[in-house]
Amino acid sequence: MEPKAIHEKLIGEFGDKVLSVDLEAASPFAVVATEAIADVASFCKDDPDLAFDNLMCLSGVDYPGEDPPRMEVVYHLLSYTHHHTFALKVHTPRENPAVPTVEGIWGVANFHERECWDMFGIAFTGHSDLRRILLPDDWEGFPLRKDWEDPEYYNGMHVKPTEQMAERALAGEQIGVGPFDFDPPNAHVEKE
Amino acid sequence: MDITYDLLLRIFPALADAPSWVLVAIVAGLPALACFAFMGVGPVIYVYAERKISGFMQDRLGPMRVGKWGLLQTIADTVKLLFKEAIFPRDVDRTLFLLAPIIVCVGAFLPLVVIPWGARLQTADLNVGVFFVAAISSLSVIGLIMAGWASNNKYALFGGMRSAAQIVSYEIPAIMLLLVPVMIAGSLSLQDLVAVQAGGLQNWLLFRYFPIMPIAFVMFFVAGMAECNRTPFDIPEAESELVAGFHTEYSGFFFAMFMMAEYTEMFVISAVSSVLFLGGYLSPFPGGVLQTLGPLPLGWFWLIFKAWFLIFVMMWLRWTLPRLRVDQLMHVAWKVLLPVAFVLVVVTGFFVLLPETANGFLWDRWVAWPLTLAFVAFLFVVMVRALRWNRRRAQELAA
Amino acid sequence: MSASELTPPAANDWDPEALDTDEMILQMGPQHPATHGVLRVELRTDGEVVNAARPHIGYLHRCFEKHCENVDYPGVMPYADRMDYVAAMGNTLGFALAVEKLAGIEVSPYVNTVRVIMAELQRIASHCVAVGTYTMDIGAFTPFLHLLRDREKVLDLFEWTCGARLLYNYNWVGGVSHDLPDGFGRAARDLLREFDAITIPELIDLIIGNKIFIKRLAGVGVCSPELGISYDLTGPNLRGSGIPRDLRKDAPYCGYESYDFEVALGEGRFGPLGSCFDRNWVRVVEMRESSRILHQALDRLEKMERTDVHEKVPKRVKVPKGEVYFRSEAPRGQLGYYVVSDGKANPYRVKVKSPCFTAMSVFHHLARGMMIADIVALIGSLDIVLGEIDR
Repeated sequence: MEPKAIHEKLIGEFGDKVLSVDLEAASPFAVVATEAIADVASFCKDDPDLAFDNLMCLSGVDYPGEDPPRMEVVYHLLSYTHHHTFALKVHTPRENPAVPTVEGIWGVANFHERECWDMFGIAFTGHSDLRRILLPDDWEGFPLRKDWEDPEYYNGMHVKPTEQMAERALAGEQIGVGPFDFDPPNAHVEKE
Repeated sequence: MDITYDLLLRIFPALADAPSWVLVAIVAGLPALACFAFMGVGPVIYVYAERKISGFMQDRLGPMRVGKWGLLQTIADTVKLLFKEAIFPRDVDRTLFLLAPIIVCVGAFLPLVVIPWGARLQTADLNVGVFFVAAISSLSVIGLIMAGWASNNKYALFGGMRSAAQIVSYEIPAIMLLLVPVMIAGSLSLQDLVAVQAGGLQNWLLFRYFPIMPIAFVMFFVAGMAECNRTPFDIPEAESELVAGFHTEYSGFFFAMFMMAEYTEMFVISAVSSVLFLGGYLSPFPGGVLQTLGPLPLGWFWLIFKAWFLIFVMMWLRWTLPRLRVDQLMHVAWKVLLPVAFVLVVVTGFFVLLPETANGFLWDRWVAWPLTLAFVAFLFVVMVRALRWNRRRAQELAA
Repeated sequence: MSASELTPPAANDWDPEALDTDEMILQMGPQHPATHGVLRVELRTDGEVVNAARPHIGYLHRCFEKHCENVDYPGVMPYADRMDYVAAMGNTLGFALAVEKLAGIEVSPYVNTVRVIMAELQRIASHCVAVGTYTMDIGAFTPFLHLLRDREKVLDLFEWTCGARLLYNYNWVGGVSHDLPDGFGRAARDLLREFDAITIPELIDLIIGNKIFIKRLAGVGVCSPELGISYDLTGPNLRGSGIPRDLRKDAPYCGYESYDFEVALGEGRFGPLGSCFDRNWVRVVEMRESSRILHQALDRLEKMERTDVHEKVPKRVKVPKGEVYFRSEAPRGQLGYYVVSDGKANPYRVKVKSPCFTAMSVFHHLARGMMIADIVALIGSLDIVLGEIDR
C-alpha cells in the first residue's frame, strides 16, 4: 500500500485521532494522538491490508525549541506480508512525558521502550519492566535530552578528566610526563 | 617390587651383602624416581606436542620463539607457572582447595606403578593390576569435586559436578570392557595380559574374536578419553560454557598440577589401552623381531610408541571435534556404551568357554595383518595427500 | 500469539530469597568467554537446566547517538565504525546512504560498485568471525582459526585500499575515502578462488556436517517466524527461520538489484526450522553468495569507467531540514539509521536500530528451558556484537 492509502485507512478508522501527516517526507509519517497509540498500533498490526507485523525502530526525539516544547516517539513500521513501510509519531510534553506502551503488540518494543526511557525519560505506561537498559541503574538524568549537561561526578568519581587535568596542568603539575604518574585521576577528591 | 630387586641383584651382585634398608631404599626409591622423572618430563613433552600438533592442524606454526622450533616453550611455561603467585580467592575452603590438586595428581600418577615397560621392567607386578588401575584412576574424581566445591565459585561447582557425573558414568563401561581382555587372559595381572599376546601382531588381543575385540578396544578408548576429560568429552572444563570448570580459581603451580594430572592421565589411559589390546611392550613383528636391539631391550620403546600414538589420536580428535552436551554425554555412556559393553562381556565369555574358540576365531590370523597394513597404508596416503595439497597451495599462492 | 506470551518476566521475580530450593542464580558474564564481549546474562538454573534468563546490556555503552549530535555529518563516520567493529564497512555504508538520501546526493555507478565490493568483502569477513567463534563456542577450535586465516586476507585487502584493518572510515557522505588500488581486482579474485574452492568446502566437511555439531544445534533455540518478526530478528537470524527477506532484494540500494544472487535460507534439514543450526547455516551459504556478488562486481568494475571517488563528496555536507529512516543489510541484519536534520551542520538526532540489539530482545524467550551449554549456542547463533548492542 502507498503511504497515502495507509493514511486514509487510518483516518477512516480513527478519524480525528490522526492529527497530521507528512507524505512528502523521505519516510512518510502520521502524527497520532498520544493516548490512542496503542489502539492505532494494534490496528496497524491486525488489519489484513496494513499488516504491520514488524516494528523496525522506536526512537525518541527531543524538541525543546518547538512551541510548545515537546518530545516525540517515532514508530517505524514494516509489513513483512505486503512489504510497505510507514511511520507513526506521538507527541508528549517535556515535563513528565508518558506514552502508552506497545510491547504487547510487538515484542521488540520492550527493549526499544526501555532504551527510550533510559535516554529521554519518557515513561511508557503499562510497560512490564521499565528499567534503564544501556546506562547504569544509578545514573541520574536522561542524556539524549537536548538540555543535558555532563555531570561532574559519578559515584564520587570525577568524570570530566580533561578539565581536571587542565586544572592540574595550570597549577604547574606535570601530568603523564615522568616515568610514573600513579596519581589516579580522582586523587584530589580523596584529598578534599 | 621383587622383580626390581631381582634385577638389581643381577646388575650389582655386590649389593647382596649390603644392609637391608639400603636395598629397600634403592628398590623402592629408584623406580619411584624414574616414575617421577617420567611424570615430570612427560607433560612437558605432551603439552609441547599438543601445541605443535594443534598448530599444524590449524594452519599455523605453534610455538616458535623459545629455543629451536619452540622446543623450550613448555619449559619456560613451567618455570613461569612455578613462579607465579598462587592466588587464594576470599572465602575458599583453603584445606580442600590445597588438597584437591594433590589428590588429582595422585590419582593420575599412581597407576603408572603397574604399567609394565618390559618383562622385568615394572615397579610392581600386582596380581590385581587391572583392578588397581581402575580403582586408583577414579580417585581423581574426588579431587575434582573437592576443587569445584572448595573454589566457592558457581562455575567451578558446575565443573566439579559435571566431572563427577561424567567420570563415574564412564567408569562403568570402561570397567566392563576391561573385563573382556581379562577374561581371555584369565588374569588381572598386566604382565600376564601382555604375555598372552606374545608372538607378533596377529596375537594381539585387538585382533582376537575379530569383530568383537576391535569394538571393545574402540569403546574402551572412548570411555578412557571421557575419563580424562578430553574433547569431545571435556564438559567439566568446557571453556566456552564454564570458563574453566573446576580449575577456574586455580593459578600458578596448582593450576600446573591439574594440567600435569590431565596429561599424565592421558598417558595412563593410552598405556593401559596398549597393554590390554595392543601387546604392551611387545614388538608387532612375529618371532620377537626388534624386541631387543642387540643387548638393549626395546620393550619401553614399543610401549611408548603405542601409547604416544594413542595420545596423538586423542589430540587429533580434540582439535577436530566439537564438544558434546551434558545429556548427550550421559546418553552415550548409559545408552550406548554400557549395553554394548554388557553384550560384549557375555558374548566373549561364551566364546572363551567354548573349547573350539578358546583362543579366538579361526579367521583371526588372516585379518590381523591385512587390517594393520591397510591402516598404515591409509595413514600414509592421508599424509602424502596432505603434503601434496600443501605444496600445491604454496605454489598457487606463490604464482 | 497472544500478548501474554510476549511479555517478558517481571522485573522483581528474581529475589534470591524467593527462589526454589533447587534453583540458583548464575551470572554469565560480563567476563565470560562465550558471551562475545561484555554481555551479562543472569540465569536462573535448576542444575544444568535454565529456568529463566535475563540479559543485561550496556557495559560497552559510549552513547554513540549523543556523539553524533556533537559532530558534523562526516565526523559521525569514525564513531559509526566503532559500533559493529567486526563489520565496520556496513555501519558507515548505512549512515552514508541515509545522509545521501536526505541530502539528495547521487553517487556514480563506479562508487556504488566499489561500495558493494567493500560491503560484500566485509560480509565475508564478518561471517568468518561469526561462524568461527560459533564453532569455538561449540568446542571446536580448529575451524575458528581456519576462518580467521581467511578473514585476515580480506583485511589485507582493506588495508591495501584504505590503510586500516578494522575501523576504516572508508564510506564517506558522497563517496569513499580511497579509490581501489591497481591490481585490487586480481588480488580479490585470488582470494575468492581460494575461499570458494578450499575454505567453504573444508569448513562444511570439518565442522558444519559434523554429527556432534548437528546434534548440538539442530532443534536448539528454535525461533518461529512469528516470534522472529515480532521481536524484529533480521538478517541471517530471520532467514534462518525460513523467511526470505533480504534488503538487498527487497529494498535494493547501491545497485544490488542488478546482481544475481540467491537469498540464503534456513532449511530445517536436521530438525525444526529456525534452530541454531539453521541460523549458522545461513551465514555459511551467505558467504558463498557474497562471493558470487563479488565476482560479478569485479567483472563490472573492469569494464567500467573510473570516476573520481571524491567527485560528489561535498566540502561541507549541507542537509536540508527533514528526517529519514534508512535501512541497509549489514552482515548482522537490518541496520537502520533514523536521521533527523534541522538544516545545521550537525545532525539533530541520529537513532540507530542495531540488529544485534533487537536480536538480544528475543533472548529471554528462546533461552527458557535450555541447558547451560545451549545458552552458549544460542548467544553464538544470534551473532551479537556488543559494540553494536550498547552503541
